[in-house]
Amino acid sequence: MTAYLLKRLAIAIATLVLASIVVFAVLEILPGDPARLMLGLNASADQVELLRNQMGLNAPLALRYLHWAGGLLSLDFGRSYTYSVPVIDLVRERLAVSLPLALIALALSTIIAIPVGLFSASRRGRAGDTVAMGAAQLGVAVPNFWFALMLIYVFAVWLRLVPAGGFPGWSAGVWPALKSLLLPAVALALPQAAILARVTRSALIEVLNEDYIRTARAKGLPHRAVLWRHALRNAMIPVLTILGLQFAFLLAGTIIIENVFYLPGLGRLVFQAITQRDLIVVESVVMLLVAAVIAVNLLVDLSYAVVDPRLRSRQ
Amino acid sequence: MTLHIDIPEETFGSILAKAFGNTAFVAGFVITLLILAMAAVSYAWTPYDVTKLVISDKTQAPSLAHWFGTDHFGRDILSMVMVGARNSIAVALVAVGIGMGVGVPLGAFAAARGGLVDEALMRLNDLVFAFPALLSAIMITAIFGPGAVNAIIAIGIFNIPVFARVARAGALAIWPREFILAARAAGKSSAQITIEHVLPNIATLLLVQGTIQFALGILAEAGLSYLGLGAQPPMPSWGRMLFDAQTRMVVAPWMAIFPGMAIVVAVLGLNLLGDGIADILDPKSRRQR
Amino acid sequence: MSLLDIENLSLTIGDTQILKGVELSVAPGEVMGLVGESGSGKSMTALAVMQLLPHAARATGRVTFDGIDILAATEDQMCALRGDDIGMVFQEPMTALNPVKTIGEQVAEGIRWHTRASRAEAEDRARKMLDRVGLPEAKFPMSRYPHELSGGQRQRVVIAIACALKPKLLIADEPTTALDVVLQAQILDLLRDLVAESRMGLLLISHDLAVVIEMADRITILRHGEVMEAGDTARTLSEQLHPYTRQLAQASMHVPARARPHGIETARPLLEVEGVTRDYPGRRTSLFKRAPTIRAVDDVSLSMAPGQSVALVGRSGCGKSTLARMILALDRPSSGTIRFRDETITGKSEAELKPARRDMQVVFQDPYGSFDPRQKVEKLVAEPLHVLEKKPTSAERREMVAHALHEVGLGISDLDKYPHEFSGGQRQRLSIARAIITRPKLVVADEPVSALDVSIRAQILDLFAELNQKLGIAYLFITHDLTVARAITDEVLVMHDGKIVERGKTSEVLDHPQSEAAKALVTAAPDLHRAIAKRLREQG
Repeated sequence: MTAYLLKRLAIAIATLVLASIVVFAVLEILPGDPARLMLGLNASADQVELLRNQMGLNAPLALRYLHWAGGLLSLDFGRSYTYSVPVIDLVRERLAVSLPLALIALALSTIIAIPVGLFSASRRGRAGDTVAMGAAQLGVAVPNFWFALMLIYVFAVWLRLVPAGGFPGWSAGVWPALKSLLLPAVALALPQAAILARVTRSALIEVLNEDYIRTARAKGLPHRAVLWRHALRNAMIPVLTILGLQFAFLLAGTIIIENVFYLPGLGRLVFQAITQRDLIVVESVVMLLVAAVIAVNLLVDLSYAVVDPRLRSRQ
Repeated sequence: MTLHIDIPEETFGSILAKAFGNTAFVAGFVITLLILAMAAVSYAWTPYDVTKLVISDKTQAPSLAHWFGTDHFGRDILSMVMVGARNSIAVALVAVGIGMGVGVPLGAFAAARGGLVDEALMRLNDLVFAFPALLSAIMITAIFGPGAVNAIIAIGIFNIPVFARVARAGALAIWPREFILAARAAGKSSAQITIEHVLPNIATLLLVQGTIQFALGILAEAGLSYLGLGAQPPMPSWGRMLFDAQTRMVVAPWMAIFPGMAIVVAVLGLNLLGDGIADILDPKSRRQR
Repeated sequence: MSLLDIENLSLTIGDTQILKGVELSVAPGEVMGLVGESGSGKSMTALAVMQLLPHAARATGRVTFDGIDILAATEDQMCALRGDDIGMVFQEPMTALNPVKTIGEQVAEGIRWHTRASRAEAEDRARKMLDRVGLPEAKFPMSRYPHELSGGQRQRVVIAIACALKPKLLIADEPTTALDVVLQAQILDLLRDLVAESRMGLLLISHDLAVVIEMADRITILRHGEVMEAGDTARTLSEQLHPYTRQLAQASMHVPARARPHGIETARPLLEVEGVTRDYPGRRTSLFKRAPTIRAVDDVSLSMAPGQSVALVGRSGCGKSTLARMILALDRPSSGTIRFRDETITGKSEAELKPARRDMQVVFQDPYGSFDPRQKVEKLVAEPLHVLEKKPTSAERREMVAHALHEVGLGISDLDKYPHEFSGGQRQRLSIARAIITRPKLVVADEPVSALDVSIRAQILDLFAELNQKLGIAYLFITHDLTVARAITDEVLVMHDGKIVERGKTSEVLDHPQSEAAKALVTAAPDLHRAIAKRLREQG
């Protein structure tokens, strides 16, 4: 088991390092001088040069990378060009919106999808299965931002149950804050739930065709017991894989959804930073998201080992 | 003794017969054909000219004259949906082409060589997968400027590891088979084996993944143009139309409903088509997404 | 009174009739052998008794178990019977156990479910059962997972699950087909003892007459879903009244006619293997440690004369297939050399190997897996022509393939078919056609008949013998089945733990084995003649 864990960990770290090099390199080759951007068009060449020196932009490339990467490790992301505040403060503030949003969406998607998948697999080919999978097929096809618009129209414009957008901040109380995250979370979660339900169903059906399911039936276990005790755990591996991928997808999905609902989250921050060429914010947020994806994938790898003893004892 | 079910004879005729007995395939095929036809027709004819602004007709509800209503510039939404289909199809299709063209050879090569080459290519794959695709697409289009071509490249790049992964997994399942061993014993090189035996046997898998990525490409393109990073006005695109609709939801909900439906139907059709093909040609093939 | 009574059982799946009026009964303490070739419906009969048939299956007739009408029983009633009064053992031990549950959990589960025993009680009984089937606590604690056990050990776990509650009836569906002969003998002994201990009825399903004769009191012979003959085992098989019974019995004892000894005793050997060893590095256990190296083949030397037919026999995992792959230059030895036609082939590049490949071909075990399903026969059989110096034109190629097909008893009309249009036996003929198309001097055949039904097996063995005579091809037969070795080879090499432990004339080695490994193989191998004689002696 330790060998497996160590290998996964080593891969995760290597991927993270490579990713940081890629992000650094991409932003390095970008046109546009951040110093000039900060000082505006009227600044003289001397002023720009001075600022470049101050910002360390004239140091050798490798040194700049090490300085930047070191900063990331100590959570010192630098200062935003446009907001003129430490990036870490911006990130912290925006994360308070985006992280709860992604987590609620993930939880919602899982809570809906797994039971639907179980239900469908256990009544394969019958009316209930057909209806559930038809709905899932439709759900996979719905773009989340359009779904969000429809939700706004129905629940905010028409029924006036929730706000159409904006975020009052956690200081306004937990309930109002949660209420404004509700529609965005549903909009993010449902299309993902549709995918997850389909994967759960097909994984279960595949497992239900295995020889050991017949062995369990020959033991005298009824269908339901076979499904819960033998099939479910074996079907978890593909489900976990998709869950891991979905987390990455949800993080990115927040960019669009936060734009639809005018939520001051990480996604909106990075989108605005890109259009404003606030590179230091862009690279920090991208690195943060990449690190989150890598961490979640590592977590998924670890949970494989919990589910499957063959991985645990693999030597 | 295990129950052995013979693979039915796969002649073209019998595949066709099976295809027309498969509801998902027929539905997907018809829908996809309709969308393609709609895009094709739009080159020759649309109910109204989408470049002409008729302010007097602005934000009209659906009627006999304007089936899907008009937008805030008085343009006919049906015509815009038709023209927008071109853009969605072109972007998604070329992106699939990029993904397949680069990803499949990479994946097949990794499976054939194994060892360090395989490990290196797969780590590279992990690296690309670590970047949330949409975020990176936004970055790419933001950096190199918005537009259909950059959207294609951005979406295409993220198709590469998907196809590489599917091709590699499929090829790895084929390589240990005895017929490959027989081909090796006949002195065939791994390149020859890959072309003659491996690729034909994973073609179904790739075709199915192709339809899925096509559908995802349409969704991604819509997302990018919704953010203003896809095709630029005056060229209509489904995502852009939704962006324009957003602030006018209260007065003109049809502006949001019809382009959205177009996306849903196109994606649904492709997904059904993929499911159908998978069922017909290879009932046991696993789909990844 | 019978424990199990099957009367006029018919079964259809969709439009296909699987069983037609099957009659069969098992008394308490009795072993009933159900014999038939693939597709005869023997597994479906078993699944009908368990009511574990595929959804589309429709059964009519009457199945009575212990006074209960099985076909009319509810699912709840069946759940109460399965695992408690009726146990079942399956063919494939590698996949019959849940990979994510410990063997203890899997054995105890049925006990808890049926008896409502406490966890501790159930585990206690499971432990005793595992001890009973030969998996003692010291080496096989209940916390073991299936993947930590070998095939034979897993089959013991499956038997423990089936017998945990001392069922009245045990159904064993080809319980030893996936195992080598030595394991087969062990598992059969275990089943025999378990049945005797608790007067279980046993329905033993097998394609192998020899296995059934050793075990069964009575047999039922099934063909195409119909009972051909049924009755006392020894009498049925010694008298062989029914033509199909006779056909089956003769096919399983079939020895192809071969002129022997072989006249070709030239000075130069065709193949020489000298001190060949193949090591596989152990898997990494941690960052710095590796498991010890696995030596699959250990210092093996052998030589074969042109036209000679040699058997390489041994239990599964003894390294015989690895050795075969090295001879075929599909794998490289860690040390040692292999010479083919006086030419060293070890360490050669693929291009340099081409001339050798021309004279060396292969036939694999699985007639289903050894052809690319997407190519037609012409292309498949012509594949080895690739190594010819002069590439044949397409007309020549077609001609050569047609000729090869003719030689193996297939026709020109088969050229444009796909492999799935052929039966298992025909596919093995295709395999042989592919192997002889370049007129090789050596054919390596890896278990070429072990996946085939007995009657087909006899035909394929005849074909091998005929081609050996006609074309003077030397064979290296890799097999765990001594009857195959006896039928078709002049010499035999016995392999054990990567080493060749015995070699000599086939008849001598098989009749008077010297080494432990050879003795074990010979004693364990089921033999129809011997078994019938023994049966008749026992009955007086």
